[in-house]
Amino acid sequence: MNYLDEFRNREVVTGLAGRIRQLTTGRSEPMTFMEVCGTHTMAICQYGIRSLLPPRLRLISGPGCPVCVTPNGYLDHAVACCRLPDVIIATFGDMMRVPGSSTSLMEERARGADIRVVYSPLDAVALAAKHPGKRVIFLGVGFETTAPAIAGSILAAAGEGLANFFVLGAHKTIPIPMAVLAADPELRIDGFICPAHVSAIIGAEAYRFLAEEYHIPCVVTGFEPVDIMQGVEMLARQVLAGESRVEIQYSRVVKWEGNKKAREVLARVFSPCDADWRGIGIIPGSGLEINAAYAAFDAAKAIPVEVEETREHEGCLCGEILKGKVSPADCPLFGTLCTPEAPVGACMVSSEGTCAAAHKYGR
Amino acid sequence: MQIISKDGNTAVAEIDGVRREASLMLLGEEVNVGDFVIIHAGFAISKLDEDDARETLALMREAFTPEDMA
Repeated sequence: MNYLDEFRNREVVTGLAGRIRQLTTGRSEPMTFMEVCGTHTMAICQYGIRSLLPPRLRLISGPGCPVCVTPNGYLDHAVACCRLPDVIIATFGDMMRVPGSSTSLMEERARGADIRVVYSPLDAVALAAKHPGKRVIFLGVGFETTAPAIAGSILAAAGEGLANFFVLGAHKTIPIPMAVLAADPELRIDGFICPAHVSAIIGAEAYRFLAEEYHIPCVVTGFEPVDIMQGVEMLARQVLAGESRVEIQYSRVVKWEGNKKAREVLARVFSPCDADWRGIGIIPGSGLEINAAYAAFDAAKAIPVEVEETREHEGCLCGEILKGKVSPADCPLFGTLCTPEAPVGACMVSSEGTCAAAHKYGR
Repeated sequence: MQIISKDGNTAVAEIDGVRREASLMLLGEEVNVGDFVIIHAGFAISKLDEDDARETLALMREAFTPEDMA
């Protein structure tokens, strides 16, 4: 059976919308739920979820787009690498058009750099095997869903004895930044729509501290409209009951313990480190760095290169948007100076960016 | 995506006619042809629990489908 159609069923979605309206009738205080996953950002815009909810129930987007939270300095580092001789840069497509301090990978490719878009880091390992005279640098950007795949590709390269495969890593983990946002008095988040596929790896357990120490309801939610509406309803019920628990709406994929095997592969190759988030700054323990045992695959260590001084884009509000403090429409550049065709900020580039979603689907 | 063939630690999965090769090295549980899996960046990361999906859908249908349309 194909489950997708059923999880997009209009009757069920409107039924859930009615139930949420009923639940919140008579409540004067607003309710704000944040999602922290780019796929949720897109789905909420694409299916017009906000238009189905009562006006006092707000859905805001957090730092869930991995490309968007990656600071300019990382991109500048990648650009410096692509200008080295005998280098092939391999990357997911989303990174291509992100403006760094002075250029993008797309522009560098037009100037002759060898930059290839791949679907899987294993494709980059295959490139390294095929081009022994070149250094293949994969741009490792992503959250806990992607990081185990990068770890797996490093293990595969090690297994094949490849000495010309490298990863320039900027991996991040989501639960600690959620705590930072939960504690932000300006935001007043009443609940988290927790990521779907990140949670398939880290498990719903990973959010327990948010519910217990920060008293914020958390519901691990799937990506289809029925999932999202049901997740919102579960959050609203917790808020109304004055509870804060972790619940799993997306139980067909996410379990409490997550994917232990993937986390083992991850831990073999990566360890937690401090990480710089666009708009938020350095968050201790919220990134992943390659372990000493695999340092030979770490482009940041194995390939010395001079990186230009990082500059931020004037007027760009990506940082505030990633914290959920302003909406894309509040940015003076949105839709005028910053468009998907000529993006200024990362949130407009990525297919998972908050501004890209708002520009494409409205709101 | 649904697994249509499997060869050791690699599988081919399909959705809507699109086929993808996926490594199974990140999966702790055994998967077989016919199973649904979540694939991310060339790796299967989770197996869909079909019983669970059916149960969720049955509950939804019960709650929201008008009887004359059932």
